[in-house]
Amino acid sequence: MQQRLARGEEAALAELYDRYASLVHSLAHRVMDDDEAADLITREVFGYIWENPDAYDPQNGPMRSWIAALTQRHAVYQLRQYENRGRSTPAEVEARVREANTAARADFIVTSMPTPLRAALELAYRERLDYREAAAGLGVSEDEARRRLRLGLQLLSTAMEPGGRPDASLDQHARRGLR
Amino acid sequence: MSGPVHRDGDGDGKGPGGGGDGLPRVPQQRGQGGQGRQDDRHPVDGAAGRGRGGELPPVSPPASDAPSASAAAAPAEDVSASEPSAPPAESEAPLSPEAHEVPVSSEALEAYDPPRAPDFDHLTLKSLLGAWALAACSGDEALAVELHLTDCAACADEALRLRDAVRLLHQEESLDLDPLLRARVLEGCLGRRPARIPMPEWAGPYGAEAARLDALLRDLGDGYWRAPVALRWFDGAPVTRQFTVGQVLTHLAAVDGLLIRALGLAAPGDEDDGRPPERHGAAQLAAVARDRFGHSPRPEGELPLEPWERTEAHWAAQRHLPGATLRSLWREQTMTLVRTVSFAGPGASALPVDYGDFALPLRDAFLDRAFECWIHAGDIADAVDYPYDPPPPRALGAMVDLAARMLPGALAERRRAGLAHSPTRLVSAGRPGRCLRLEIEGDGGGNWYLPLDSPGATASPDSMVAHVAMDSVEFCHLAAGHVEPERAAAGQLGDRTAIREVLYAAASLSRL
Repeated sequence: MQQRLARGEEAALAELYDRYASLVHSLAHRVMDDDEAADLITREVFGYIWENPDAYDPQNGPMRSWIAALTQRHAVYQLRQYENRGRSTPAEVEARVREANTAARADFIVTSMPTPLRAALELAYRERLDYREAAAGLGVSEDEARRRLRLGLQLLSTAMEPGGRPDASLDQHARRGLR
Repeated sequence: MSGPVHRDGDGDGKGPGGGGDGLPRVPQQRGQGGQGRQDDRHPVDGAAGRGRGGELPPVSPPASDAPSASAAAAPAEDVSASEPSAPPAESEAPLSPEAHEVPVSSEALEAYDPPRAPDFDHLTLKSLLGAWALAACSGDEALAVELHLTDCAACADEALRLRDAVRLLHQEESLDLDPLLRARVLEGCLGRRPARIPMPEWAGPYGAEAARLDALLRDLGDGYWRAPVALRWFDGAPVTRQFTVGQVLTHLAAVDGLLIRALGLAAPGDEDDGRPPERHGAAQLAAVARDRFGHSPRPEGELPLEPWERTEAHWAAQRHLPGATLRSLWREQTMTLVRTVSFAGPGASALPVDYGDFALPLRDAFLDRAFECWIHAGDIADAVDYPYDPPPPRALGAMVDLAARMLPGALAERRRAGLAHSPTRLVSAGRPGRCLRLEIEGDGGGNWYLPLDSPGATASPDSMVAHVAMDSVEFCHLAAGHVEPERAAAGQLGDRTAIREVLYAAASLSRL
């Protein structure tokens, strides 16, 4: 994908959008809590990737996580702009940034947790199966399904602890990322 | 605006879940209220109950046809239904055949999950906390957990934590992005850095519609592949037939395969070396794509071209494939098509695509497939009660234009088949004949002057004998066979017979 983007393939850009737009938009929306602002950030993020196809380094993890982090930075940067323009109080902005960072950690935890745990959570949360149905779907015992759901949520709950990724570095990246 | 067929409900504009995103979910357990989980996050819940009852074979086979039976089933039934041949007591090896009279052990009791008196030990309750927080246990279990939380501080602590964690799960993805955003974002990108390998304009709508359907399928998840979808078309009279989501998708992939074939991307069985030289642009890319499709499970070379027969051949060959596989086969193929024509050069737009009974130039075939993709995505969305918008104006306009351009040919075909009733005058090609003004209103609209006497006759406002005005989405639904010609909400003026012929010809454009 990265090579195709670098080569300037419009079809690759469209595929990139189709694969990640809902991720980018929802992350942006979560931080900004505003459709228009989320649209704007979506444009910025894809514009940045398209213009800088080499910015992503596969060594540092999956593209999805990189795009999520990039979006987060753009969104937090944008939020602070709002603060500077006096649209929100500093306390409001800090609360939103904290919340957004928690959510970003949660995303990271979900995407990097062991597949069996994620699959169980998906079935219970997204597919709305109860744990017995989930057990059948996963081909495991009901005990095991309960265990996976609990363990998955326990992992996820660590996102609520402060001290994951420092905000400062996020901002710094954001400033570099934006033109 | 939407026509009468297109649903204009509350869901318009806002995506499913668009409004519910910020709401924390309070666990409401199964068996409470008897409808499984019902919150406002997904408007499909009603349909979900129905679809799922029939979709999840392993859970409760005897009740699989009853709406939401599996969700509402009492826990005790669940256990016995999922293990009909091995009642839990059997695992207690020493039990004799008279076991049912012997008091059962506490483990067995647990497994039986008695509906009234939940009697779980601390460890079991603790193990249930995750399922409880996710509202994924039975009502009795939830009750037992909640009672337990009032006198076990450790569990109460964890329960709260896990429930907060569930709120973090929420933010999967926006379910329904504004389709216009896609065009704006892509244009913005291309403004910042022009594409070195641009996508032909006529391929754009196909790529966008495929992406939209793919997003819908992703939202639906794997529980819906066998959900019934009613397909409607017009074959002299309205026809409705039930298929499944998986079959509809296979149908799309089967006919898209005609374009793959036209680009020389045929799978094994075709003589690749004998390709005409003018296809060289596509052919080079064909090699790339062939690597990906070479292992396709179907014997491409032997499939019929006629769309309906081809679809049936695909259904027969792929009926055992899981829905997720069908989806990725279809999606891969759509991306390969778009990518291939991007590399193929301008000559590719005129490549003939053989549909068996007729042929379309590739650029029109792409539009036709975009149209079909939208229409069938709409069919699927209707079946599961999802909102689904029409394509963006520019794409809609291109589709309307294609249908309008195909109308004279369809009129001629109906005449040949003896279906036309209007008196025809023979008009040789290039000569002026009677014409009808088709005025399409709304997004993507415009005016088309359709020759009535012969597809080759010239048409101009001077020879106009009738005027039909119709909304663009309504016109598309007519061409899709979703609206009966007699009932199409059209403003009409002039020769009634000519108008009737044109409306019937439009409906006859609908294939399955």
